[in-house]
Amino acid sequence: MIETRGLARTFTTKHGAVEAVCGVDLTVAPGEIVGFLGPNGAGKTTTLRMLTTLLAPTAGSATVAGHDLRSDPAAVRRRIGYVAQGGGADPLVPVREELDLQARLYDVPDRGERIARLCGRLDLDGLDGRLTAELSGGQRRRLDLALGLVHRPPLLFLDEPTTGLDPQSRGNLWEHIRRMRAEDGTTVFLTTHYLDEADALCDRILIIDRGRIVAAGTPAELKRRIAGDVVTLELGDGPDAAARARDALSGHPGIREAAVTGDTLRLTVENGDRELMTLVRTLDAAGVELAALHLTRPSLDDVFLTVTGRSLRDAA
Amino acid sequence: MSYSSTVPQAAEAGGTSRGPARPPRTASFGRAVRDTRLIFVRCVRQTLRSKVAVVFGALQPLLYLVLFGPLLTELPGVAGFGGDDAWRVLVPGILIQLALFGAGFVGFGLIAELRSGVLERLRVTPVSRVALLLGRVLRDTLVLVVQAVMLLAVGIALGLRAPFGGIVLGLAFVVLLALSIASLSYVLALMTRREDAFAPLLSTVTLPLMLLSGILLPMSMAPGWLDVVSRFTPFRYVVDAARAAFQGRYSSAAVLEGAAVMAAMLVLSVVLGAHRFRRENA
Ligand SMILES: Nc1ncnc2c1ncn2[C@@H]1O[C@H](COP(=O)(O)OP(=O)(O)OP(=O)(O)O)[C@@H](O)[C@H]1O
Ligand SMILES: [Mg+2]
Repeated sequence: MIETRGLARTFTTKHGAVEAVCGVDLTVAPGEIVGFLGPNGAGKTTTLRMLTTLLAPTAGSATVAGHDLRSDPAAVRRRIGYVAQGGGADPLVPVREELDLQARLYDVPDRGERIARLCGRLDLDGLDGRLTAELSGGQRRRLDLALGLVHRPPLLFLDEPTTGLDPQSRGNLWEHIRRMRAEDGTTVFLTTHYLDEADALCDRILIIDRGRIVAAGTPAELKRRIAGDVVTLELGDGPDAAARARDALSGHPGIREAAVTGDTLRLTVENGDRELMTLVRTLDAAGVELAALHLTRPSLDDVFLTVTGRSLRDAA
Repeated sequence: MSYSSTVPQAAEAGGTSRGPARPPRTASFGRAVRDTRLIFVRCVRQTLRSKVAVVFGALQPLLYLVLFGPLLTELPGVAGFGGDDAWRVLVPGILIQLALFGAGFVGFGLIAELRSGVLERLRVTPVSRVALLLGRVLRDTLVLVVQAVMLLAVGIALGLRAPFGGIVLGLAFVVLLALSIASLSYVLALMTRREDAFAPLLSTVTLPLMLLSGILLPMSMAPGWLDVVSRFTPFRYVVDAARAAFQGRYSSAAVLEGAAVMAAMLVLSVVLGAHRFRRENA
């Protein structure tokens, strides 16, 4: 659905050139929900604006929804929907008129019905006479979403769609996105700062930092590949038990890191599920007594920290 | 298909680019007309929500008419002035001034839409790029016609006497002028992209053009050098043509010259505007 090669964009400003995106290669398959994750200024919005024909790339090529971005942008536009990070509703236009114009521009055949259904799903009922400026922040965000979805595009770009939404609205939107994929096979490419969102919604995640993709994979793969699982062993008998346990396990293939603090031993292992049994057996054979054992999976936050060197929460 | 980074600009829909599933040209023309109507209706609705602005937009030229016009009627012996003829000279000038300033300012509205993201939202849709320009420009022209008719009514009440055909012809000049100035205003707005850059540029351009066009007093009164300079500005010809029309001299050189200048300006500004709206990140 999306395929880019070496996509890049450099902005020229008074203070010199800004390399916002430098050579992005990415592929999104039809029907996938892909999350684009990265700290502020990583180049997410710039990439999306290029893929939606708003910004000409300074280098590279891309095929979006089956059409070449540069030679046939009009064909691309007919097949995509885009919800910008800052929205795009006119503050002085009533909600109804905005939706109606958008549907007409996309030649939506069953306009009235479609708008009514969408408003129902996105909780916009009863607001159609209001000016956009008279909506709350979350309501306005939902209107932006409705504007981007009204024509049931096969490919949807969402730039931080749930920023500013309350938890219930976020949940509704996730559900709506999943349903679009299930019913119409919609492909979704979204950016987010919320790791739980990426985790819950996306089939695949791309992490971008300073204009480059630094990691890609399913949420589970990323967590496994980058941070590994953490196994914490609490050892009961004697002050040197933790050290003895560490020695017993040294050379064990799945272990990447082992750290002793007091009477606990913290292991970073490749695949916690699989290693757990052999760890216990090895310790048992060495005669080390185990008081407790936890397996913690890394969060996407850990992944993020490992890959970009900073926490997403600090960056956001 | 890939392209190198040296390709200057994105080729746009409806242009020369090839590719499968491209709608035929007639379809894209139909689309442009339909989209222009949609954008026009949207813009008109926006204007109707702020009717006061339409009236206030005509206030300054109205003040010239009411507070400055009577002085001119008392200026005997100056070419074209004195007596009733003064109104036939002043009113066309005031109408052109209205077009220059009224249509000149429309770019501010576009900068607001640039900031609120409305323009980007529309540009992601398959909407015809030319429609984004023409829909707005036609609304601006409609507003101008309403204001011009208001001014004409006041002018007639104050003593303007001109043949009906002449008034209509003069009005046609004003409308075409407004069309091209509005287009140019949008081009400037898209180039500067910010009010604080657009505003000074606008006044730097419009004020000398207004003074050189002889809007308030005919350039026939000017000393030789000033007359020559003014002949290098397009408005001079349009103002002279509108005045000739109001005086009933329909096939005079002034009207013909004005029509030629006006046509050239119109084509140039609409082509420039359309080009700018088709460009990436317009
Ligand atoms: N129009 C522009 N002119 C100059 N520089 C720009 C422009 N737009 C973006 N940039 C720069 O490009 C870089 C990438 O910006 P971009 O908006 O793509 O980041 P982002 O990943 O969307 O960040 P955020 O999470 O804050 O939305 C930033 O350094 C930004 O300052
Ligand atoms: Mg962004």
